[in-house]
Amino acid sequence: MTTKTVSLKIDGHDISVQEGTSILEAAIENGIDIPHLCFLEGLTKTGACRLCLVELKGQAKLFASCSTPVSDGMEVITDSVKLKEYRKKTIQLLLSERTHVCSVCVANKNCELQALADKLGVDHVAYEREWTGEKVDSSHPFLVIDRNRCILCTRCVRVCDEVEGVHALDLKLRGKDSQIIVDFDDSWANSTSCTSCRKCAKVCPVGAIYVEGEPLSQTKDRNIANFVLSRRKK
Amino acid sequence: MSSKRLNFCWGVKKLKPADIIHLAETELDAHRSYKYRINVCCSSGCIPFGALKVLKAFEEAVKEFGVQKECKVARTGCIGTCSVGPAVMVEPGDYLYQSVTPEKARQIVRDHVVLGLPVKEMLYGNKAYFEKQHRLVMKNAGKIDPYRIEDYIAAGGYSALVKCLLRMSPKEVIDEVWLSGLRGRGGAGFKTGQKWTFVARAHRSPKYIVANLDEGDPGVFANRTLAEADPHAIIEGMLIAAYATEANKGYIYIRAEYPLAVETLKKALDRARAMNLVGQNILETNFSFDIELRLGAGAFVAGEETAILASVEGNRANPRPRPPYPAASGLWKSPTLIDNVETLANIPQIISHGGLWFSKIGSPTCTGTKCFSLTGKVKNPGLIEIPMGITLREVIFDIGGGPPDNKKFKAVLVGGPSGGCLPETMLDLPIDYESLTKAGAIMGSGGIVVIDEDSCMVDTAKFFIDFCVDESCGKCTPCRVGLHKIQETYTRIMDGEGKPEDLDFLRSISSYIQDASLCGLGQTAPNPVLTTLRYFGKEYNEHIVDKKCVAGKCSFKHQVKEDEL
Repeated sequence: MTTKTVSLKIDGHDISVQEGTSILEAAIENGIDIPHLCFLEGLTKTGACRLCLVELKGQAKLFASCSTPVSDGMEVITDSVKLKEYRKKTIQLLLSERTHVCSVCVANKNCELQALADKLGVDHVAYEREWTGEKVDSSHPFLVIDRNRCILCTRCVRVCDEVEGVHALDLKLRGKDSQIIVDFDDSWANSTSCTSCRKCAKVCPVGAIYVEGEPLSQTKDRNIANFVLSRRKK
Repeated sequence: MSSKRLNFCWGVKKLKPADIIHLAETELDAHRSYKYRINVCCSSGCIPFGALKVLKAFEEAVKEFGVQKECKVARTGCIGTCSVGPAVMVEPGDYLYQSVTPEKARQIVRDHVVLGLPVKEMLYGNKAYFEKQHRLVMKNAGKIDPYRIEDYIAAGGYSALVKCLLRMSPKEVIDEVWLSGLRGRGGAGFKTGQKWTFVARAHRSPKYIVANLDEGDPGVFANRTLAEADPHAIIEGMLIAAYATEANKGYIYIRAEYPLAVETLKKALDRARAMNLVGQNILETNFSFDIELRLGAGAFVAGEETAILASVEGNRANPRPRPPYPAASGLWKSPTLIDNVETLANIPQIISHGGLWFSKIGSPTCTGTKCFSLTGKVKNPGLIEIPMGITLREVIFDIGGGPPDNKKFKAVLVGGPSGGCLPETMLDLPIDYESLTKAGAIMGSGGIVVIDEDSCMVDTAKFFIDFCVDESCGKCTPCRVGLHKIQETYTRIMDGEGKPEDLDFLRSISSYIQDASLCGLGQTAPNPVLTTLRYFGKEYNEHIVDKKCVAGKCSFKHQVKEDEL
């Protein structure tokens, strides 16, 4: 199979990548940093968190760089004033949506949301914060889900479906009431489909799914999906 | 030939193109044998007023007076005057009777049919209601029996399909649609010819067509009425679209909350299939196309272009980012054409009369007509169809008759829950995609809600934000969390705890949600907030600074100050 190369500009840098690559992947490949959260190499691109939005020259709309494929002559702007402001807003909205208290969180200092907030200079949350009282499900022998910390990036749902292939996790309800559920909203201990593979805990960007008694620095593995899939291809 | 025998004949024989013309002529002869035709509107609007009883009363009265051979009683779709149902139209002469009861039905048969004297005091008096309308998509509505395919064929139906199959190449069909200038009636106004070209160019099989009948906006019923009144126009439009784009399979996505429209479409599809108009080797040609109904579970977001695909596939109706556009990768990753049913219902007429004829209707940039559900505080609410480019004032005051009870007009919400509230000064705005968008509203699915002086604009904006918060799918952050923050702010303002800086906050977060949201729902949801802020800022100040609401209807909780105690 021959693959075409596409040339484009990201923030003035001329780069060329394979056709079919997304803008975000092209940026990562060339050492350009675009903040992102729901994107994870190897999983379906959902364009949900809206952190990786970029401007394309000649287009009024903003595009999610994770899901937009590159095209020849494309000129991408990743750090305009507007984009910076919007990213800060998105982070603040995520922090205000549920109970995010870093100091008492298992993911403290191992949290992608916290790291991004730090990097983007979010030093306070301008919105009224919600203090949610969702139940914590720790019925599984070692996996725990704390929905109060969930940011609904659906990485766990996707890794469970696309990599592990069991689809034990999914979403219920909609809008701000959306929740990650196990099987048909059963307790995790009763799940007949969960294989306890821990992949959900490995990819969770925050402290919503974790392995009890294990430091998150040890659990987390951003490369798991990509690794399994590349092995499978061989 | 009696129509019963006709049905029998055509049911057995596989139709060929020439048979359509023959069937139309036979059916027209049957129609002509009647001196009078009584059309009883039995759409979802008139049935609650007792239309089915009226229909029965007409049938009995015709028998009672022994005029079965001169007078045909037909069950039809919406006549358009939804506020004075059940509506009954007597042909010839198009005498429109309003608020007909079973007793009145007998009187109409006795006086009008037997004696030839129309019952003047029961006639619908408002001529202006129809004067400025232009019935194109709804031309058969209220005139044909939606359950009888023969009625549709007699009205010229399926002749456009025959024309395509016999005399036009797929490219010629698309050229005709291009020439017509038709734009998508689902709200965004994308050129239909262009969309069809994209799908036709995709050289992958299978290709799909999805007809969008997921009309979820509160107070909007244009698509439902169309499906109830003239289901075959939608089916024929889909068939022509399939012929032009070489698609293999079609789905009509309809809300399960529209039971009558579902039933009508189901019956229409069964009849069309039995008559060799849908399925394999249509009209004994090489063209095959099957259509299936898909019922939605009632999510507003399922009407969004990519969410509808997920729902048709059987998944949760969540939108996905574009590109890839559905024309390249839609249903099961195959090229898919998605059109609103109103767009599709325009197609047979464009093919019959030519794109040039269509392009002369409406305004130059927005050709054709648009169906609107005119509701709210107007004297004559109902389903209207107007040529593009006429002004909002003409629609609200000439057709709608303005607010009742001498109340003052305050605002009009155009485009459903994510439309914009426009004040009186904007009433001379022509109705077309660009003008509405510029004013902060949208064409949307075709809802016009008139608001009079009694209603509070802050409360109105809150109502629509509440709706969008409920209907947000929850996938992307701006729409899920951002709209919720707007809702919280409104709740605070309504509790009398609004702060002056809330207005800036609403403005800034609204434009963020518009720019950053994943799909059309989030991108348009802040429209009511922004337009009420722009045009009715004074009312916000009253709620926040003066802590009062001068309009009558408002959920504002007045806080009693200490010195008032």
